[in-house]
Amino acid sequence: MSVLELANISKHFGAIQAVNDVSFTLQAGEVVGLMGDNGAGKSTLVKMIAGNFRPSHGTMRMDDKELILHKPAEARQHGIEIVHQDLALCNNLTAAANVYLGRELRRGVGPFRILDYAAMYKRAGQLFAELKSETRPRDLVKQMSGGQRQAVAIARTMLSQAKIVLMDEPTAAISVRQVAEVLNLIRHLRDQGIAVVLISHRMPDVFDVADRVIVMRRGRKVADKKIASSSPEEVTGLITGAIEQVA
Amino acid sequence: MAVTLDQTIAQKQHTFLSRMLSSQTFWVVIAVILACLFLSLATDSFATSKNIFNITRNVTFVAIIALGMTFVIITGGIDLSVGSVLCLCSMVLAVTMHAGYGIVTGIGVSIATALIIGAFNGVLIAYLEFPPFVVTLGMLSVARSLAMVASNNTVVFQFGPDHDKLLALGGGAWVFGIANPVLYMILLALLTGFTLRWTKFGRHIFAIGGNEHAATLTGVPVRQIKVAVYMISALSAGLAGIIQTGWLGAVTTNIGTGMELQVIAATVIGGANLAGGVGTALGAVVGAALIEVIRNSLGLLGINAFWQGTFIGGAIILAVLFDRIRNFRRSD
Repeated sequence: MSVLELANISKHFGAIQAVNDVSFTLQAGEVVGLMGDNGAGKSTLVKMIAGNFRPSHGTMRMDDKELILHKPAEARQHGIEIVHQDLALCNNLTAAANVYLGRELRRGVGPFRILDYAAMYKRAGQLFAELKSETRPRDLVKQMSGGQRQAVAIARTMLSQAKIVLMDEPTAAISVRQVAEVLNLIRHLRDQGIAVVLISHRMPDVFDVADRVIVMRRGRKVADKKIASSSPEEVTGLITGAIEQVA
Repeated sequence: MAVTLDQTIAQKQHTFLSRMLSSQTFWVVIAVILACLFLSLATDSFATSKNIFNITRNVTFVAIIALGMTFVIITGGIDLSVGSVLCLCSMVLAVTMHAGYGIVTGIGVSIATALIIGAFNGVLIAYLEFPPFVVTLGMLSVARSLAMVASNNTVVFQFGPDHDKLLALGGGAWVFGIANPVLYMILLALLTGFTLRWTKFGRHIFAIGGNEHAATLTGVPVRQIKVAVYMISALSAGLAGIIQTGWLGAVTTNIGTGMELQVIAATVIGGANLAGGVGTALGAVVGAALIEVIRNSLGLLGINAFWQGTFIGGAIILAVLFDRIRNFRRSD
């Protein structure tokens, strides 16, 4: 059974057709690379899954129930988490504070409830350990490397029982060593049965970590195939339009 | 010995001592203590109970508003209207009581005035996205003008049937001979410190100052919180106004003039960052204390009062300079 099924999804802004009749499914524990040139419709597609936009046409189904999202908070309630391209971190707060931002743990009775620092440090530490990331919950995010910052943003998606994690260009602006770290984080999410959608421009990353690649060009899906049966050359051809479409 | 991942994650990089030594507030406390020691030795008049009583009481009005301002500054905003709001709230209290109403009504109306002004500032800033500087600059002018309208620009010094209660509230010393305003300041500082450190609201204030966009994306109710901080700031100005009215025993329409600058200076000297995301309750209080000690000492040392501004301005620049030096070292 698929976690998420998109059927004939289209989105237009006025006369501009950003996404045109796209269908695909996501399985649990699967990493899907979503590739395409700028303006191919990747971001628009992901924003519909994350609840930022509503599709003009078509339906989304999650666990065989129709999924209608009005705002990002609803997507979160359904177990769809997004790691934003800029990570959405507060530099002046600790790693644990960032992980729990907006869903802080508190203890106490009735209206007299105070932040539960100990519990948040502990759980955040466990999440970093699960991600095999050397990130200390008490450190300020300001002092962290790009890989650690990614770990903080990804740990956030693991607080609730996420089913789908959408990652927008997680490896775009970090060093080579940190890229390996982030790809490992993605594998750990996959191993926990989470479906990961990885938007990326970087061919090696997608071929390294993804099970499947979906290529978009000018709003349409032009390829959806196993990584094993594709090649960087073929994907490049699909992105640029040198290859029209493959089954 | 190999260090495991779990040990690395559990490691605390900062001890209590190292965190204290790296905080600006700590060094300002040291500066205040050194200044007090020096003045006690250098002059006969500093360490007298009368002078100490004077200093502590003078500190309170700036410090109480600085506590409210700290909330605003942590979100990355600014409130220039506090001096005028103090004046308006004092005048509303004075006029209401002068007209024969009791002290409870007077204080109630005064606090309501502060909250309405704060809400007005906050809604314009949070929902209509006005720059805080512009909105509160406008309010600086409006509030003082309203105070003049309310009193017809006269001095009010008779507060009706509860006259004595009001004077006792602001001018008395109910516990161990500590001036009442000082007690209020301590209570409010504790409340502010608690809110900032231990509540979800406090945490979200820091998040907004650190990265407002991130706070919005993660579901922090940014707009409501921004309205709340401007209401807290105006409320602190209103409370300071009420206490000051009781202490002075008279209200004119020029009280609190220029006070916004002293308040902002106190918060910045105490370690708050005008760019947002940093600030403490203790910092606001010791910042106010340092300014007052400088002011007081210049008088006692026989230095011309015209120099006051230079010294206070120098303290502001010095405080921010230390912050810059720390940042340079960190980026090396």
